[in-house]
Amino acid sequence: MSYQKYYVPDQSKFPIFAAISLFLLVMGASSTINSLDNPDSNAVYILYLGFTVFGINLFFWFKTVIAEHIAGLNSAQLQQSFVFGMAWFIFSEVMFFAAFFGALFYVRNFSVPWLGGEGEKGLANMLWEGFEASWPVMSTPDAGSAFVLADKNMSWPGWDHALKWLPMWNTIVLLSSSVTVHFAHLALKNNNKKVFNKWLAVTVALALTFVALQIAEYYEAYAHYGLTLNSGIYGSTFFMLTGFHGFHVMMGGFMLAVMLCRSVFYNHFDSESHFGFEAASWYWHFVDVVWVMLFLFVYIL
Amino acid sequence: MSAVIESHDHEHHHGPAEGLTRWLYTTNHKDIGTLYLWFSFAMFLIGGAMAMVIRAELFQPGMQIVEPEFYNQMLTLHGLIMVFGAVMPAFVGLANWLIPMMVGAPDMALPRMNNLSFWILPFAFFILLSSLFMEGGAPNFGWTFYAPLSTTYAPPSVTFFIFSVHILGASSIMGAINVVVTIMNMRAPGMTLMKMPLFVWSWLITAYLLIAVMPVLAGAVTMMLMDIHFGTSFFNAAGGGDPVLFQHIFWFFGHPEVYIMILPAFGITSHIIETFSRKQLFGHTSMVWAMTSIAILSFVVWAHHMFTVGLPLAAELFFMWATMLIAVPTGVKVFNWVTTMFRGSITYETPMLFAIAFVVLFTIGGFSGLMLAITPADFQYHDTYFVVAHFHYVLVPGAIFSIMAAVYYWIPKWTGNMYDERLGRLHFWLSFIGVNVTFFPQHWIGLAGMPRRVPDYALQFADWNMVSSVGAFLFGASQILFLFIVIKTVMGGKKATPEVWEGSRGLEWTVDSPAPYHTFTTPPKVT
Repeated sequence: MSYQKYYVPDQSKFPIFAAISLFLLVMGASSTINSLDNPDSNAVYILYLGFTVFGINLFFWFKTVIAEHIAGLNSAQLQQSFVFGMAWFIFSEVMFFAAFFGALFYVRNFSVPWLGGEGEKGLANMLWEGFEASWPVMSTPDAGSAFVLADKNMSWPGWDHALKWLPMWNTIVLLSSSVTVHFAHLALKNNNKKVFNKWLAVTVALALTFVALQIAEYYEAYAHYGLTLNSGIYGSTFFMLTGFHGFHVMMGGFMLAVMLCRSVFYNHFDSESHFGFEAASWYWHFVDVVWVMLFLFVYIL
Repeated sequence: MSAVIESHDHEHHHGPAEGLTRWLYTTNHKDIGTLYLWFSFAMFLIGGAMAMVIRAELFQPGMQIVEPEFYNQMLTLHGLIMVFGAVMPAFVGLANWLIPMMVGAPDMALPRMNNLSFWILPFAFFILLSSLFMEGGAPNFGWTFYAPLSTTYAPPSVTFFIFSVHILGASSIMGAINVVVTIMNMRAPGMTLMKMPLFVWSWLITAYLLIAVMPVLAGAVTMMLMDIHFGTSFFNAAGGGDPVLFQHIFWFFGHPEVYIMILPAFGITSHIIETFSRKQLFGHTSMVWAMTSIAILSFVVWAHHMFTVGLPLAAELFFMWATMLIAVPTGVKVFNWVTTMFRGSITYETPMLFAIAFVVLFTIGGFSGLMLAITPADFQYHDTYFVVAHFHYVLVPGAIFSIMAAVYYWIPKWTGNMYDERLGRLHFWLSFIGVNVTFFPQHWIGLAGMPRRVPDYALQFADWNMVSSVGAFLFGASQILFLFIVIKTVMGGKKATPEVWEGSRGLEWTVDSPAPYHTFTTPPKVT
């Protein structure tokens, strides 16, 4: 077996700058959040600074890694490290969503029924005796004395209204984007860069469409449904699950857009070497699977 | 263990860079391991100083030294610092130093990310410690930060706490990904999974646990942040949520977390007992399976921390039995260690003393854990000093002793110098006596009914609290001796051979002492 040297980079300035910018980012974020009711606070500029430095640093970090790859420093073994690394990173993201899905599962199956007087711990109903359990929870146990109740929810409206229902379109858009990114992948494997670029561009466009639709949905929720973060547990789980998913769609879409730019402007990627794209597409499929779960457990069931 | 056929290095290497930037910019696993270990030591001393404040306050009944509010901040920060700042980084430091050498890899798989994993930590703990000086003081809700103490009733600094946990988690996840990838992808040819040294195995399993549960912790603190500042009601029953939901999410993270803090100790202990018994470890394969079983079970036992919170009966029973099941693989491990020592040619150097103490005292902690696992009995023990005694027995003479054992065992490889054996043994005996005098009486005052997390207590607990405090001061002071021994060894001492120990097995003992800056740039062949 022939052995290729595993490239261990010399000293690097990227990590320490990443750490410093993360520090600024979270200091800025904490200070900003703690002074939300103080209009004179300038803490948000620390947040911006941290975010900017982090982004710039990340850009040059990735640029260096790409340059090393093009220079042929990365052995097959090292590339395998990236593959494993990305796979485990996605697993950690799965577990992040698991926490929120777990919370949803728990409130739907345990805490809300118990508060409504059902089940083994139905004694909890003595806290707010008039409360009746249902899902989505439209009236909070305290009947909205500490919350602003929603008039409508986002759940499945029935087949008659299915086509006027935004989440249905979101599902169609996102599922087809998973297919288009797969077409792009196939084209790349055939070394057909033109078709690759085309399908990848379609995927990015679909990602943008999804985000636009979700913004429209949130606008509807806040402006017309009265459904907000402050509407009790239904609003909490709805916005946190769909919000974090939307945030991941933006990240995944951004990654794919970067890959598109790399391909179009720098002619990166060929049928042999394209893990940057592949990692982004894995991430995209992951985002898609999370959406299917969301569609089932947040919207339909 | 496997024998090495070829481990010669034909390439020329640069040594480390000069000056401070060596440590800031380094991508070398040995440098980063050293950084982790020193950082962990610093945190151990800071968290230990907080423990001294706690024990000083509890020396006598009545309010003596600190305000109750400050006492709560001390016990919260003590727990957080020891868990996230002392024990976990120490194990990551050992992983950095040892795993590439043990599997015959040139470095960790992702060296730059490795540096980032470390350098996040000092910033995260700077944020956490700076909360002491903020309005309303530091977090005061215990290291488990149960809602609503950590939401509705929390000091403003909780926001900083939340974000520091976020970046700590990011650091742990990146570190764990690095470990997994190194182990999966960088093993020398011929080193099959079952030939892998047990420390490497223990870390592979630990890293998997870390990647699985640190994101759940991130989810938990995110929900807290939203509840506190943005009007959600995850942990607020008035809005349909449930404060108990917090406990479920926290302990879904928290129970695997306590195994994260003990599995690498299992690996370390196996190596040390094997070496100083001058026998091959008994039951290598069963050790692997035992650790795997423990890791899998750790995901389905979390609610044994919550027996008194009002769970349905079926849950109480399930979590009781699942928890007791863990005693089986743990028993396998203890059996294997004892059997390895059986009829071995044992010598009692400092690492072996710590390792034997680990086996005995960790087992005591395990037994009190079994007592706590019995739901109806737990109704009596819950939130008493018995629990404090239990988890300190598994963490101090468990995790911490194993870290100390590891330092004595591998420091000749790291520095090229032997530590002072006489001082090492003195450190061991002082620590051993200190730890038992501190924590053993806490079993009794706990069974007698003294609640945990209190700055004052009823008079009947006075005597044993005083004994416990004296033990704590002894244990605390003897760690200064440890610091001295480590510095003395770094500065000089008897030169170590490559093998260091008579019975040592494994690739790390085939390279020079101190280990060259780069090892195994060409992988050795393992048969």
